[in-house]
Amino acid sequence: MTHRSDRTLDVRALARVEGEGAMHIRVRDGAVDDVRLEIYEPPRFFEAFLRGRRYTEPPDITARICGICPVAYQMSACAAIEDACGVQVGGSIAALRRLLYCGEWIESHTLHIYLLHAPDFLGYPSALDMAKDRRDLVERGLALKKAGNDILELLGGRAIHPVNVRVGGFYRVPLPRELIPLRDTLRAALRQALDTVQWVAGFDFPDFHHDHELLALTTPGRYAIESGTVATTGGRGFPPQQFEDHVIEEHVPHSTALHAHLAGRGAYLTGPAARYTLNRRWLSPLATQAATAAGMGADCRNPYRSVVVRAVETVYAVEEALRLIDEYEPPVRPYLDVPGRAAVGYGATEAPRGILFHRYGLDADGLVTSARIVPPTSQNQAAIEDDLRRFVAARLDLDDERLTRECEQAIRNYDPCISCATHFLDLTVDRE
Amino acid sequence: MTTASSGRRVVIGVGNEYRRDDGFGPLVVAALADRRTREPGLAAVELRTSDGEPARLLDLWAGADLAVVVDAVRDGGDAPGRRYELVLDELDGLGGDASASSHGIGLGSTVALARVLDRLPRRLVVLAVSGHEFGFGVELTPQVAAMVQPVARRAAELLDLRDP
Repeated sequence: MTHRSDRTLDVRALARVEGEGAMHIRVRDGAVDDVRLEIYEPPRFFEAFLRGRRYTEPPDITARICGICPVAYQMSACAAIEDACGVQVGGSIAALRRLLYCGEWIESHTLHIYLLHAPDFLGYPSALDMAKDRRDLVERGLALKKAGNDILELLGGRAIHPVNVRVGGFYRVPLPRELIPLRDTLRAALRQALDTVQWVAGFDFPDFHHDHELLALTTPGRYAIESGTVATTGGRGFPPQQFEDHVIEEHVPHSTALHAHLAGRGAYLTGPAARYTLNRRWLSPLATQAATAAGMGADCRNPYRSVVVRAVETVYAVEEALRLIDEYEPPVRPYLDVPGRAAVGYGATEAPRGILFHRYGLDADGLVTSARIVPPTSQNQAAIEDDLRRFVAARLDLDDERLTRECEQAIRNYDPCISCATHFLDLTVDRE
Repeated sequence: MTTASSGRRVVIGVGNEYRRDDGFGPLVVAALADRRTREPGLAAVELRTSDGEPARLLDLWAGADLAVVVDAVRDGGDAPGRRYELVLDELDGLGGDASASSHGIGLGSTVALARVLDRLPRRLVVLAVSGHEFGFGVELTPQVAAMVQPVARRAAELLDLRDP
């Protein structure tokens, strides 16, 4: 075991975080001197890439930013462009968008729970090792995940980078009978999702809490996914159009990603725990019951318990998908006409990892003049670093290998989508 | 491993077309789609793209008679465009998973996971090319771009199709 007062710890290729990045921890005189999470942020590339493109293109182009949450990028892009063009999409088209988004939540949450996060809690180095011992669990996860995949395939045209989404709606909408096979799949998935909540509730959660302000979309009457007003646990509330007045992004020397903070406040967190804390009352009765049985209270401020929230949200997404299918009536046309115009538009939706904000400026020819994309991971970065600073400070007696492993696990609590982001995630702990 | 013959053949291009050389796999699939307009035999072949996310890969190739996976790799060398052809048994050792693709579990681990879960295709071949640039952008390194058509031809051979 290492007990040096100064040290640097490097963790290379931080596994099981989507994508790649780097983390550096510096310890001096027995105290944590610096914690830096380095993320190379692709949205900056895409913002430049989008300029000069037709206003109809951002949903398809930005969907390529992340293979795990393409629907989120499509939905935020559509919302922003439709806002710019003065078109409001409602009714069956909006319901189908929510259904598509439910598919992505199911897929993304289940992937994270079963293949990325659960091995940490159960002491397995990887999902592969877990599968060797508990094939039944991994099979259940894959079956649940596939239910989300099936929704994406049916509505999106394909599971990865769905091609059926367009500004104003869809290129083609399904007939009600085409959705019927999904019902059986989703009924089975609901059982699997409830079993998942019960399973993860039994994990051993380290005692760790934060007091960051939490930020999520809210929609009275339902759990916000594809639309809503921004709310925070500090009592703020504002529409997506005012997002940039309240969320300030700034460059930090160690990252190409921008760090976000709430104006006049500081670091904050968005994502499942924020959604749960702000919107728990809008969960379905069954999801609420599952959360309560899993020991979840009114809020979630232990990052380790985020795995339970993801499981509860998966129950909700499956139930919501079933409801949307049961109530589905095809729209008269699969999309609304959205004529381009010179304007600026704003859109925010709840990606599986938190609020995804888009802003586009359009000219009179319908070309994109400016683009701004704020993904959830870059919003959370400052708060994650702050948490890790305290997390490491309480574990300096651990040797480098164990500290590295525990840091990896701690980072995975936040499910950072560094694939929205980067190449390898290397972890460095400098103990000199 | 699946033992019954399904007759199903699938080509999976792994990668992200906006990450320079990582777009190699999808570009090979696009080249095969173009060949399909001239080669009716390709009509029965599934052409898919993937970001490499393991559960989706398992779904794409499970039950197939033949799965050809096309991907760009980092081989640590300085010869972009170098070709590799790996078959199933050679893939289990690829546990290091150093890939530019945006996924948390690499191809080697995915193959191992598929083996544990009995979700391997009957025959799996990986056609890989060493990449050089994996930053953001759509242009491939010239040596990698030059391999798109040759690898598409090799995929067609593996699919037992006549090479025009």
